[in-house]
Amino acid sequence: MKKTSIVAVALCAAIAATTAMPVVPASAQEQIYVPLFTYRTGPFSGSGIPIAEGMHDYLEMLNQRDGGIGGVKLAIEECETGYDTKKGIECYESVKNKKPVVVNPWSTGITLPLIARASVDKVPVLSMAYGLSASAVGDVFPWVFNPPATYWDGLSMILSYIGGKEGGLEKLKGKTLGYIYLDAGFGKEPIPLFQQFAKDYGFNLKLYPVAATEMQNQSAQWLNVRRDRPDYMVLYGWGALNPTAIKEAARVNFPMDKFVSIWWPGEDDARSAGAAAKGFKMLNWHAVGADFPFIQDIKKHVTDKNLTQTDKTHIGALLYNRGVYNSMLIAEAIRTAQGLTGKKAVSGEDVRRGLESLDVSPARLKEIGMAGFTDPLKLTCSDHNGHLPAFMQEWDGAKWVKISDPIKPMMDKVGPLLADAAKEYVEKNTGWPKRTEACDKSS
Amino acid sequence: MLYREAGQFKESYAADMAIFPIRQDRIGLAIILVAAFVGVPLAASDFVLAVVMVPLLIFALAAIGLNILTGYTGLLSLGTGGFMGVGAFACYKLTTAFPDLNIVVCILTSGVVASAVGAVFGLPSLRIKGFYLAVATLSAQFFLDWCFVRIPWLVNHNVSGAIEVPIRTLFGVAVTGPNASPQVRYLVILAIVTFLTWIASNLLHGRVGRSFMAVRDMDIAAELIGIKLYQTKLLAFAVSSYYCGVAGALMVFLWYGSAEPAVFGIDQSFLILFMVIIGCLGSLVGSFFGAALIYGLPIALRNGLGALGLQIPAATVEHLTLMTVGGLIVLFLIIEPHGLARLWQIGKQKLRVWPFPY
Repeated sequence: MKKTSIVAVALCAAIAATTAMPVVPASAQEQIYVPLFTYRTGPFSGSGIPIAEGMHDYLEMLNQRDGGIGGVKLAIEECETGYDTKKGIECYESVKNKKPVVVNPWSTGITLPLIARASVDKVPVLSMAYGLSASAVGDVFPWVFNPPATYWDGLSMILSYIGGKEGGLEKLKGKTLGYIYLDAGFGKEPIPLFQQFAKDYGFNLKLYPVAATEMQNQSAQWLNVRRDRPDYMVLYGWGALNPTAIKEAARVNFPMDKFVSIWWPGEDDARSAGAAAKGFKMLNWHAVGADFPFIQDIKKHVTDKNLTQTDKTHIGALLYNRGVYNSMLIAEAIRTAQGLTGKKAVSGEDVRRGLESLDVSPARLKEIGMAGFTDPLKLTCSDHNGHLPAFMQEWDGAKWVKISDPIKPMMDKVGPLLADAAKEYVEKNTGWPKRTEACDKSS
Repeated sequence: MLYREAGQFKESYAADMAIFPIRQDRIGLAIILVAAFVGVPLAASDFVLAVVMVPLLIFALAAIGLNILTGYTGLLSLGTGGFMGVGAFACYKLTTAFPDLNIVVCILTSGVVASAVGAVFGLPSLRIKGFYLAVATLSAQFFLDWCFVRIPWLVNHNVSGAIEVPIRTLFGVAVTGPNASPQVRYLVILAIVTFLTWIASNLLHGRVGRSFMAVRDMDIAAELIGIKLYQTKLLAFAVSSYYCGVAGALMVFLWYGSAEPAVFGIDQSFLILFMVIIGCLGSLVGSFFGAALIYGLPIALRNGLGALGLQIPAATVEHLTLMTVGGLIVLFLIIEPHGLARLWQIGKQKLRVWPFPY
């Protein structure tokens, strides 16, 4: 028994010693610290791994090929969140003192607490096409950016695509649309807009919520789908929700070409349903595949030299390229910030300005080897989103195929909703600071 | 040698029945309190305060809540996460409805709402016991989870569906919201946790606590000596849920700053239950030990590996941490199945007779 108490005391001492140890800032003087919040573990790792790989590899490639951005190396550090809000906040607190230039929470649950902290800690939040839609309003949320489109934009694009197939949105009258979604902030956000569309165009809207704990058991929802026979199904899912929904849709013989998703399913999600997934559609705003100069550079400078943990079969996959797109935004924002301030080692405040003045023109896309990869993006002080058009792509049984031209979001419907939501946020959060950050001329 | 009670005479019944009968224990407690209230806020970095101390105290409070129910009264509950959620949502509704109300009052009052909800879900406990009660409380967890997601009134119809914590001040200093410094948040939480632990200690050492323990040890015998089972069990549920509710409100308002309903899922309930089991069923200090082990150890390991200067990818560190913590939990349970508080007690006992064990 004596031994046990010694063990206990020793362990307690060890715990105390390690927790008390101060966190030493890793970034040296001439480095730009870019923390990446990733999740390679946990229930969402299936989606999280390719994203993490893409984010890391693009920045690492810049380090290897160009020696960083503007001659300053990037200090890239991953922090594992496991898609868990607790750990996400822990990550944020641990990187905060190392002067991060931007954070990417990659989870709506982690984004929400950071929105309030961003302006206090002077760390811009880049929540790429997720998080709080209202944060697109830069006048209210100067420190939060969510390009290139919000979930409301996405829904309006999906509906205009469906309308186009039917020969006009008016033709939707009397039809039934089903909406299957993750029953959390992310999935519930589009509902008010969806209901408004239903009223305006006279279609019936059926809601099929899926609880986060029940993502892999959707038989009840799909039984209802079979009973209600909706003409179209719209999907807003993440993680295990997506493959399960596609599989269940195939099981109840729902016509796959009438099943349309927001931009989150990956190849594995569609592949899991086998041949039956053929015809499944989703929105996207960047190309899939590896036939781009920047990916060749990633291969040459990073993956072939084994400077990463990337599984080589992931390169060029949808979510890998999504991760790269995210890093491209970071890199371009840093470059813009360097141009604006004339400083080499930029700070979070500078990168916020860089994001506001972000202008990824067609010429610039060509320069960074992304011609044809995605559309140009321009952000301004008041528009932190861009509301970029996205295109529809279809699963042909083995890969994604682009099937439509870029579809513009219906800004006449989405715009007022965004303004209202931002106003409401300010009203509910009494003491929300008024924007004091000056606006740069170039934006 | 130092830890010896020779020469300490007890001259009254009160002294004999004191919670800390040994002088060294009282001195130790005083030192710990001074260190916690003065030393830690002065010495610890923001990271340690915000990421280690604040969550640790909140989890310890929740563990005390569950310990009152499971450890002292013997009623197994899996609804902790739900009750914490009730506290958090109640506090949000209160503070948005009465913006001028002191935030500490809001937090302490929100526990009352959780306590009422807890008592309602405690109703089946008179009829069902053991694992069956666990299932009944599980239903509370699922029902409350469902409410948090489906009743937009609870979050004031926020589009995000989450609690967005407003800025609240105490004597002119921001306590909640992004401007609240970790030091202030830590001190407020520490004060509340210390106060509630003191209340719990007194409650459990008195008539009420003894009736709880009588019910735990043998409910039929307890009934025979005149303890009303129904009232005692409901009271246990109410008190336990009060503590969980306050912990939930503290968690969202002074730690997260914004929370989706998913935070109060079944995972949270299990986490707290593990803390109680590892700490020690039926021990207040065990609740603190349990929280430290289950929540603090992974952080210590993560940062410890980083501080050693090893270049290990973040995901591998996570896997290593999970494996090590899992292994340590098994180890501790093998060394002492009654939890860390029992180890602590044995250690103290050994010290008292050292160096002449017999």
